[in-house]
Amino acid sequence: MYKATIFVTLKESVLDPQGEAVKGSLHTLGYQSVTAVRIGKQIEIMLNVTDRAQAEAEVQAISEKLLANTVVENFRYELEEVTA
Amino acid sequence: MRFAVPVFPGSNCDRDLLHAVEDVLQESVTPVWHHETDLANFDAILLPGGFSYGDYLRSGALARYSPVMESVTKAAGQGKLVIGICNGFQILQEAGLLPGALIRNQHLQFRCEMTTLRVEEANTPFTNQYQVGQEIDIPIAHGEGNFYCDQATLAELEANHQIIFRYASHNPNGSIADIAGICNKERNVLGMMPHPERAIADWMGSADGAVLFHSMLKHWKENGHAA
Repeated sequence: MYKATIFVTLKESVLDPQGEAVKGSLHTLGYQSVTAVRIGKQIEIMLNVTDRAQAEAEVQAISEKLLANTVVENFRYELEEVTA
Repeated sequence: MRFAVPVFPGSNCDRDLLHAVEDVLQESVTPVWHHETDLANFDAILLPGGFSYGDYLRSGALARYSPVMESVTKAAGQGKLVIGICNGFQILQEAGLLPGALIRNQHLQFRCEMTTLRVEEANTPFTNQYQVGQEIDIPIAHGEGNFYCDQATLAELEANHQIIFRYASHNPNGSIADIAGICNKERNVLGMMPHPERAIADWMGSADGAVLFHSMLKHWKENGHAA
Protein backbone atom coordinates (compact mmCIF):
# COMPACT_ATOMS: atom_id res chain seq x y z
CA MET A 1 0.00 0.00 0.00
CA TYR A 2 1.36 3.41 -0.93
CA LYS A 3 0.31 6.85 0.19
CA ALA A 4 0.86 9.60 -2.36
CA THR A 5 0.79 13.25 -1.36
CA ILE A 6 0.50 15.53 -4.37
CA PHE A 7 1.09 19.28 -4.20
CA VAL A 8 -0.56 21.30 -6.96
CA THR A 9 0.58 24.90 -7.36
CA LEU A 10 -0.07 27.70 -9.79
CA LYS A 11 2.70 28.35 -12.28
CA GLU A 12 4.90 31.30 -11.36
CA SER A 13 3.68 33.35 -14.31
CA VAL A 14 0.01 33.06 -13.32
CA LEU A 15 -1.53 35.74 -11.11
CA ASP A 16 -2.98 34.34 -7.86
CA PRO A 17 -5.79 36.67 -6.75
CA GLN A 18 -6.64 34.49 -3.76
CA GLY A 19 -3.03 34.73 -2.59
CA GLU A 20 -3.14 38.51 -3.07
CA ALA A 21 -6.32 38.71 -0.99
CA VAL A 22 -4.74 36.68 1.81
CA LYS A 23 -1.64 38.86 1.68
CA GLY A 24 -3.83 41.92 2.10
CA SER A 25 -5.49 40.38 5.15
CA LEU A 26 -2.14 39.47 6.67
CA HIS A 27 -1.03 43.07 6.28
CA THR A 28 -4.22 44.20 7.97
CA LEU A 29 -3.40 41.77 10.78
CA GLY A 30 -0.07 43.53 11.18
CA TYR A 31 2.32 41.16 9.40
CA GLN A 32 3.97 43.79 7.22
CA SER A 33 6.92 41.51 6.60
CA VAL A 34 4.82 39.27 4.30
CA THR A 35 5.79 40.05 0.72
CA ALA A 36 3.99 37.30 -1.19
CA VAL A 37 1.33 34.64 -0.71
CA ARG A 38 0.49 31.87 -3.17
CA ILE A 39 -2.13 29.21 -2.52
CA GLY A 40 -2.05 25.63 -3.79
CA LYS A 41 -3.65 22.27 -3.08
CA GLN A 42 -2.54 19.17 -1.23
CA ILE A 43 -4.16 15.90 -2.32
CA GLU A 44 -3.67 12.55 -0.59
CA ILE A 45 -4.23 9.31 -2.46
CA MET A 46 -3.99 5.76 -1.10
CA LEU A 47 -2.91 3.24 -3.74
CA ASN A 48 -3.42 -0.46 -3.24
CA VAL A 49 -0.27 -1.56 -5.13
CA THR A 50 2.84 -3.41 -3.95
CA ASP A 51 5.36 -2.20 -6.55
CA ARG A 52 6.81 1.28 -6.00
CA ALA A 53 7.51 1.85 -9.69
CA GLN A 54 3.89 1.11 -10.52
CA ALA A 55 2.72 3.48 -7.78
CA GLU A 56 4.93 6.25 -9.17
CA ALA A 57 3.71 5.70 -12.71
CA GLU A 58 0.09 5.83 -11.58
CA VAL A 59 0.56 8.97 -9.48
CA GLN A 60 2.34 10.69 -12.36
CA ALA A 61 -0.47 9.84 -14.79
CA ILE A 62 -3.21 10.73 -12.30
CA SER A 63 -1.59 14.08 -11.62
CA GLU A 64 -1.13 14.94 -15.29
CA LYS A 65 -4.59 13.81 -16.40
CA LEU A 66 -6.74 15.09 -13.59
CA LEU A 67 -5.23 16.58 -10.47
CA ALA A 68 -3.37 19.43 -12.17
CA ASN A 69 -4.38 21.58 -15.10
CA THR A 70 -0.98 21.70 -16.75
CA VAL A 71 -1.87 24.90 -18.61
CA VAL A 72 -1.72 26.87 -15.36
CA GLU A 73 -0.50 24.46 -12.67
CA ASN A 74 2.61 22.50 -11.68
CA PHE A 75 2.67 19.48 -9.42
CA ARG A 76 5.11 17.45 -7.38
CA TYR A 77 4.48 14.42 -5.19
CA GLU A 78 5.84 12.37 -2.33
CA LEU A 79 5.32 8.64 -2.11
CA GLU A 80 5.63 6.49 1.01
CA GLU A 81 4.88 2.89 1.62
CA VAL A 82 2.38 2.38 4.42
CA THR A 83 1.08 -0.68 6.17
CA ALA A 84 -2.61 -1.14 5.29
CA MET B 1 -30.92 20.71 -37.77
CA ARG B 2 -30.58 18.61 -34.64
CA PHE B 3 -28.98 20.08 -31.52
CA ALA B 4 -27.85 18.15 -28.44
CA VAL B 5 -27.38 19.68 -25.00
CA PRO B 6 -25.34 17.34 -22.76
CA VAL B 7 -26.39 17.66 -19.13
CA PHE B 8 -23.89 16.95 -16.36
CA PRO B 9 -24.72 16.61 -12.67
CA GLY B 10 -24.70 20.24 -11.57
CA SER B 11 -25.38 21.81 -14.99
CA ASN B 12 -28.09 24.42 -14.50
CA CYS B 13 -28.20 26.45 -17.72
CA ASP B 14 -29.36 23.57 -19.89
CA ARG B 15 -33.03 24.52 -19.91
CA ASP B 16 -32.26 28.10 -20.98
CA LEU B 17 -30.31 26.62 -23.90
CA LEU B 18 -33.17 24.29 -24.85
CA HIS B 19 -35.59 27.23 -24.81
CA ALA B 20 -33.22 29.41 -26.83
CA VAL B 21 -32.92 26.91 -29.68
CA GLU B 22 -36.66 26.21 -29.67
CA ASP B 23 -37.75 29.85 -29.42
CA VAL B 24 -35.18 31.36 -31.79
CA LEU B 25 -34.79 28.64 -34.42
CA GLN B 26 -37.74 26.27 -33.94
CA GLU B 27 -35.28 23.45 -34.60
CA SER B 28 -34.92 20.14 -32.80
CA VAL B 29 -32.96 20.28 -29.52
CA THR B 30 -32.56 17.37 -27.10
CA PRO B 31 -31.12 17.22 -23.58
CA VAL B 32 -28.68 14.31 -23.28
CA TRP B 33 -27.62 12.87 -19.92
CA HIS B 34 -23.84 12.77 -19.49
CA HIS B 35 -23.77 8.96 -19.55
CA GLU B 36 -24.86 8.94 -23.20
CA THR B 37 -22.12 7.64 -25.48
CA ASP B 38 -23.61 8.15 -28.95
CA LEU B 39 -24.15 11.63 -30.40
CA ALA B 40 -23.94 10.53 -34.04
CA ASN B 41 -27.50 11.68 -34.79
CA PHE B 42 -26.83 15.30 -33.85
CA ASP B 43 -25.47 18.13 -36.00
CA ALA B 44 -24.46 20.48 -33.21
CA ILE B 45 -23.61 20.08 -29.54
CA LEU B 46 -24.13 22.82 -26.98
CA LEU B 47 -22.37 22.39 -23.62
CA PRO B 48 -24.36 24.38 -21.04
CA GLY B 49 -23.31 26.54 -18.13
CA GLY B 50 -23.66 25.70 -14.47
CA PHE B 51 -21.59 23.98 -11.82
CA SER B 52 -20.94 20.49 -13.14
CA TYR B 53 -19.70 18.24 -10.33
CA GLY B 54 -19.97 21.23 -8.03
CA ASP B 55 -16.83 22.73 -9.61
CA TYR B 56 -14.94 20.20 -7.47
CA LEU B 57 -11.14 20.11 -8.02
CA ARG B 58 -11.48 22.70 -10.85
CA SER B 59 -14.46 23.87 -12.87
CA GLY B 60 -15.05 21.34 -15.63
CA ALA B 61 -12.19 19.06 -14.54
CA LEU B 62 -14.44 16.14 -13.66
CA ALA B 63 -17.08 16.69 -16.36
CA ARG B 64 -14.25 16.43 -18.86
CA TYR B 65 -14.14 12.69 -18.15
CA SER B 66 -17.90 12.06 -18.27
CA PRO B 67 -18.78 9.33 -20.82
CA VAL B 68 -20.51 11.80 -23.16
CA MET B 69 -17.30 13.79 -23.69
CA GLU B 70 -15.80 11.06 -25.86
CA SER B 71 -18.65 11.59 -28.33
CA VAL B 72 -18.29 15.35 -28.09
CA THR B 73 -14.59 15.09 -28.93
CA LYS B 74 -15.41 12.78 -31.84
CA ALA B 75 -18.07 15.16 -33.15
CA ALA B 76 -15.67 18.08 -32.93
CA GLY B 77 -13.14 16.06 -34.91
CA GLN B 78 -15.78 15.38 -37.55
CA GLY B 79 -16.31 19.10 -38.03
CA LYS B 80 -19.68 19.28 -36.30
CA LEU B 81 -20.50 22.52 -34.50
CA VAL B 82 -19.71 22.54 -30.78
CA ILE B 83 -20.27 25.45 -28.36
CA GLY B 84 -19.26 25.58 -24.72
CA ILE B 85 -20.94 28.35 -22.73
CA CYS B 86 -19.45 29.34 -19.36
CA ASN B 87 -18.96 25.97 -17.55
CA GLY B 88 -19.20 24.45 -21.05
CA PHE B 89 -16.20 26.58 -22.11
CA GLN B 90 -14.32 25.35 -19.03
CA ILE B 91 -15.12 21.74 -19.93
CA LEU B 92 -13.91 22.22 -23.52
CA GLN B 93 -10.60 23.61 -22.27
CA GLU B 94 -10.14 20.82 -19.75
CA ALA B 95 -10.82 18.38 -22.60
CA GLY B 96 -8.16 20.04 -24.73
CA LEU B 97 -10.65 21.02 -27.46
CA LEU B 98 -9.85 24.69 -26.88
CA PRO B 99 -6.57 26.26 -25.71
CA GLY B 100 -5.92 28.15 -22.50
CA ALA B 101 -7.53 27.91 -19.09
CA LEU B 102 -10.24 29.79 -17.20
CA ILE B 103 -9.15 30.82 -13.73
CA ARG B 104 -10.61 32.74 -10.81
CA ASN B 105 -11.81 36.26 -11.58
CA GLN B 106 -9.02 38.69 -10.81
CA HIS B 107 -11.07 40.65 -8.26
CA LEU B 108 -12.38 37.40 -6.70
CA GLN B 109 -16.01 38.50 -7.19
CA PHE B 110 -18.74 36.44 -8.82
CA ARG B 111 -20.06 38.84 -11.44
CA CYS B 112 -23.66 38.49 -12.57
CA GLU B 113 -24.31 41.39 -14.94
CA MET B 114 -24.86 42.48 -18.53
CA THR B 115 -21.65 42.97 -20.52
CA THR B 116 -20.90 44.58 -23.84
CA LEU B 117 -18.89 42.39 -26.21
CA ARG B 118 -17.23 43.31 -29.46
CA VAL B 119 -17.54 40.76 -32.26
CA GLU B 120 -13.98 40.38 -33.50
CA GLU B 121 -14.57 37.88 -36.31
CA ALA B 122 -17.61 37.26 -38.51
CA ASN B 123 -16.12 34.38 -40.46
CA THR B 124 -17.19 31.61 -38.12
CA PRO B 125 -20.26 29.35 -38.12
CA PHE B 126 -21.34 31.18 -34.95
CA THR B 127 -20.92 34.84 -35.95
CA ASN B 128 -21.61 35.01 -39.68
CA GLN B 129 -24.75 37.09 -39.07
CA TYR B 130 -22.93 39.71 -37.00
CA GLN B 131 -20.77 42.54 -38.32
CA VAL B 132 -17.08 42.71 -37.44
CA GLY B 133 -16.73 45.36 -34.76
CA GLN B 134 -20.39 45.12 -33.79
CA GLU B 135 -21.02 45.64 -30.09
CA ILE B 136 -23.55 43.33 -28.51
CA ASP B 137 -25.01 43.02 -25.00
CA ILE B 138 -24.76 39.52 -23.48
CA PRO B 139 -25.04 38.72 -19.75
CA ILE B 140 -22.41 36.94 -17.69
CA ALA B 141 -22.65 35.03 -14.44
CA HIS B 142 -19.34 33.59 -13.31
CA GLY B 143 -16.62 33.60 -10.69
CA GLU B 144 -13.97 31.83 -12.77
CA GLY B 145 -14.07 33.31 -16.25
CA ASN B 146 -10.61 34.85 -16.33
CA PHE B 147 -9.19 33.54 -19.62
CA TYR B 148 -5.49 32.78 -19.36
CA CYS B 149 -2.93 31.46 -21.83
CA ASP B 150 0.80 31.95 -22.27
CA GLN B 151 2.19 34.55 -24.67
CA ALA B 152 2.96 32.00 -27.39
CA THR B 153 -0.64 30.76 -27.37
CA LEU B 154 -1.98 34.31 -27.38
CA ALA B 155 0.14 35.15 -30.43
CA GLU B 156 -1.19 32.07 -32.18
CA LEU B 157 -4.82 32.93 -31.33
CA GLU B 158 -4.35 36.43 -32.72
CA ALA B 159 -2.54 35.26 -35.85
CA ASN B 160 -5.21 32.65 -36.62
CA HIS B 161 -8.11 35.01 -35.89
CA GLN B 162 -9.37 32.68 -33.16
CA ILE B 163 -10.43 35.45 -30.77
CA ILE B 164 -14.13 35.81 -31.54
CA PHE B 165 -15.44 38.02 -28.73
CA ARG B 166 -13.72 40.56 -26.51
CA TYR B 167 -15.13 42.58 -23.63
CA ALA B 168 -15.71 45.97 -25.22
CA SER B 169 -15.90 48.63 -22.56
CA HIS B 170 -15.21 46.89 -19.27
CA ASN B 171 -13.40 43.60 -18.60
CA PRO B 172 -15.40 41.90 -15.84
CA ASN B 173 -12.86 39.23 -14.87
CA GLY B 174 -9.31 40.29 -15.80
CA SER B 175 -9.01 37.98 -18.80
CA ILE B 176 -5.89 38.36 -20.90
CA ALA B 177 -6.40 40.63 -23.94
CA ASP B 178 -10.04 41.12 -22.81
CA ILE B 179 -10.90 37.74 -24.31
CA ALA B 180 -14.51 36.65 -23.81
CA GLY B 181 -14.74 33.88 -26.40
CA ILE B 182 -12.44 31.93 -28.74
CA CYS B 183 -12.70 29.23 -31.38
CA ASN B 184 -10.39 26.40 -32.36
CA LYS B 185 -8.17 26.54 -35.45
CA GLU B 186 -10.78 24.67 -37.51
CA ARG B 187 -13.42 27.23 -36.40
CA ASN B 188 -16.06 24.62 -35.58
CA VAL B 189 -15.65 24.74 -31.79
CA LEU B 190 -16.52 27.93 -29.89
CA GLY B 191 -16.08 28.67 -26.20
CA MET B 192 -17.47 31.79 -24.55
CA MET B 193 -18.04 32.91 -20.99
CA PRO B 194 -21.13 35.11 -21.62
CA HIS B 195 -24.56 33.49 -22.05
CA PRO B 196 -26.08 34.14 -25.50
CA GLU B 197 -29.05 31.94 -24.57
CA ARG B 198 -29.99 34.59 -21.98
CA ALA B 199 -30.07 37.38 -24.58
CA ILE B 200 -32.67 36.20 -27.04
CA ALA B 201 -35.58 38.55 -26.28
CA ASP B 202 -35.94 42.22 -25.39
CA TRP B 203 -37.54 41.36 -22.06
CA MET B 204 -34.27 39.63 -21.13
CA GLY B 205 -32.47 42.96 -21.54
CA SER B 206 -31.03 42.11 -24.93
CA ALA B 207 -31.88 40.01 -27.98
CA ASP B 208 -28.30 40.16 -29.34
CA GLY B 209 -27.64 36.50 -28.53
CA ALA B 210 -30.32 35.26 -30.94
CA VAL B 211 -28.08 36.16 -33.88
CA LEU B 212 -25.52 33.56 -32.78
CA PHE B 213 -28.08 30.76 -33.09
CA HIS B 214 -29.27 32.11 -36.45
CA SER B 215 -25.65 32.06 -37.62
CA MET B 216 -25.31 28.38 -36.73
CA LEU B 217 -28.45 27.45 -38.64
CA LYS B 218 -27.38 29.50 -41.66
CA HIS B 219 -23.97 27.82 -41.66
CA TRP B 220 -25.49 24.35 -41.38
CA LYS B 221 -27.97 24.99 -44.21
CA GLU B 222 -25.30 26.41 -46.50
CA ASN B 223 -22.81 23.65 -45.86
CA GLY B 224 -24.89 20.52 -46.16
CA HIS B 225 -24.15 18.03 -43.44
CA ALA B 226 -20.82 17.89 -41.61
CA ALA B 227 -18.60 14.92 -42.50
